[in-house]
Amino acid sequence: MIVKIKNLTKKFYIGGSFFTALDNISLEIKNGEFLGLVGASGSGKTTLLNIIGGLDSPTSGEISVLNQFMNTTSHTERALIRRKNMGFIFQSYNLLPVYSVYENVELPLILNNIDKKSRRQKVLEAIDAVGLSDKINSRPNQLSGGQCQRTAIARAIVHKPALVLADEPTANLDSENSHLIMEIMKKLNTNYNTSFIFATHDEKIMGYLKRMIHIEDGKIFKDEKIKL
Amino acid sequence: MLFNIAIKNLVGAGIRTWLNVFVTSVSIFMIIFSSGMYTGMKQHAMNVSIDTEIAGGAFWHPNYDPYDPITFEDSHSITPSILTELVESNKALEVLVSQASIYPDGRVVPVIMKGITLEQEILNIPTKEILKYEGDNIPILIGRGMSKYTKLNIGDTFIIRWMDDNRTYDAGLGEIVFIMDSDNFKIDFGHIWLPIEKMQKMLSMENESTYVVFDDNINPHSAGDWIKRDVKYLIRDMETIIEQDRPNAIMIYIILLSLAAMGIFNAQTLSIFRRKKEIGTLMALGMHKRKVVLLFTIEGAMNAIFAIILTVLLFGPLLYYFSIYGVPLPIDYSDMGLIIAKRLIPIYSMPLLVATALIVFLILLLVSYLPSRKISKMHPVDAIRGKTT
Repeated sequence: MIVKIKNLTKKFYIGGSFFTALDNISLEIKNGEFLGLVGASGSGKTTLLNIIGGLDSPTSGEISVLNQFMNTTSHTERALIRRKNMGFIFQSYNLLPVYSVYENVELPLILNNIDKKSRRQKVLEAIDAVGLSDKINSRPNQLSGGQCQRTAIARAIVHKPALVLADEPTANLDSENSHLIMEIMKKLNTNYNTSFIFATHDEKIMGYLKRMIHIEDGKIFKDEKIKL
Repeated sequence: MLFNIAIKNLVGAGIRTWLNVFVTSVSIFMIIFSSGMYTGMKQHAMNVSIDTEIAGGAFWHPNYDPYDPITFEDSHSITPSILTELVESNKALEVLVSQASIYPDGRVVPVIMKGITLEQEILNIPTKEILKYEGDNIPILIGRGMSKYTKLNIGDTFIIRWMDDNRTYDAGLGEIVFIMDSDNFKIDFGHIWLPIEKMQKMLSMENESTYVVFDDNINPHSAGDWIKRDVKYLIRDMETIIEQDRPNAIMIYIILLSLAAMGIFNAQTLSIFRRKKEIGTLMALGMHKRKVVLLFTIEGAMNAIFAIILTVLLFGPLLYYFSIYGVPLPIDYSDMGLIIAKRLIPIYSMPLLVATALIVFLILLLVSYLPSRKISKMHPVDAIRGKTT
């Protein structure tokens, strides 16, 4: 089991009162899943994704990610878990603007203290996997939105994490690029058995998901396994 | 690892980095240059005083008080023989001081009349110019400031009135034979210089003088009841002024530094806050908060080091040039009673250079540390979104 959530609740203090973003959620995600947290804006899917990624903490309930009980782990331990075993893909790519494609993809390996020679090999492999070998020295401002997101995917998978968390990865992309991105991630899921969890409300990508967890008003109202 | 990332960030930021470095470098230059000019100004005043008034020191008549002209009429006597011998061997010079009045164009101007050994080379006063005069009038040397004030030029004649040793007023016709340029207003304004022998005759004070200035190569111990005034004593007023002025100097340094610090703080804080999203991303990728802060602090430190190197390379030659050839000043400050060179040579002391570099370095560390620490304390989710708080 890669993620195990039990009775998880998350409340935010907004404007003098508490807003319940996630309400008593329980969920299990197995290794190698290609799963979408699906719901409208404000449904709580991104909050859940952030809690799984250790970027946020639950108000109550239990959560284990990659066999680590996240409720009691420190910031440092969570950072270590993210560094070693997770990859992140953001809606607005979050590439470092002064870095080239190569350097952006190389960053997680530098943080993991991988030696230079191994780094080069892994970076080139990841860039090749997303089809950006011809853009290796380009900077984000020289890339299209689709190319930026492919760079972000390469950065997320370069250190072969067990889990990739993608928050609205296709929201800023056109249809063609959205499909291309999803094809790449599906291939990576198949080839490396990397688990992918998406937070999305994009209809275009639903067809690629093997499992969809529908969230509405902070509650899971449907857990749908899809046979492709 | 952090060092490599910091280098990559700085180099990758390209023009933004170099603009920051350049601004910091200009700040360092301005602080060093301004403080150097200030130190140079004070040092120049000291040097000019020694060069034109003090030399190696002096023996004063026991009654002589340069700040009380009333004492002048009683502060003269036969120059002690030991000092006369020094004067004859060109190791000292005599000065006889008296009050007088001059009447250029009918105006009355009170002056201090000083008779001086013309052959002297001890003080930087062009007394030998008077030797060239062959006329019958009293040859007079004045400074450029005095010339402007009295509107007297070379060849102009005027009445000089003085009181002699018998307390009898007498008068004669003086003629300007030379106008000297001097940075020392104290030998210029209100002063007329003439041959000591001539003045001794005019005042009926044969072989008398008020004080004797000796060369800085010798150190006579005593001369009868005349009082020895060494260099330390003679520059004490100047040193007191400089010492009293130290808080001003420190204040000017602090103001300059604060202005520079504000510029650096503004640029660096803005730069770091613009990189909020980057900080959030680094945290999402697994960089610990402490390391994020350290990374940005290292960037600040390297920014400072680049700025110091750039200052040396870019402004070093300029600072060196000024320290050799000086900086021409647009105004003649002697009119304001200040000893300021017309071409001021800045002096950069080692403590000034080291302290400025160190303080700018620390400021950059601080202004990199504080905003990055603030951002790293933000909720990572907000930082990733680049959300402002």
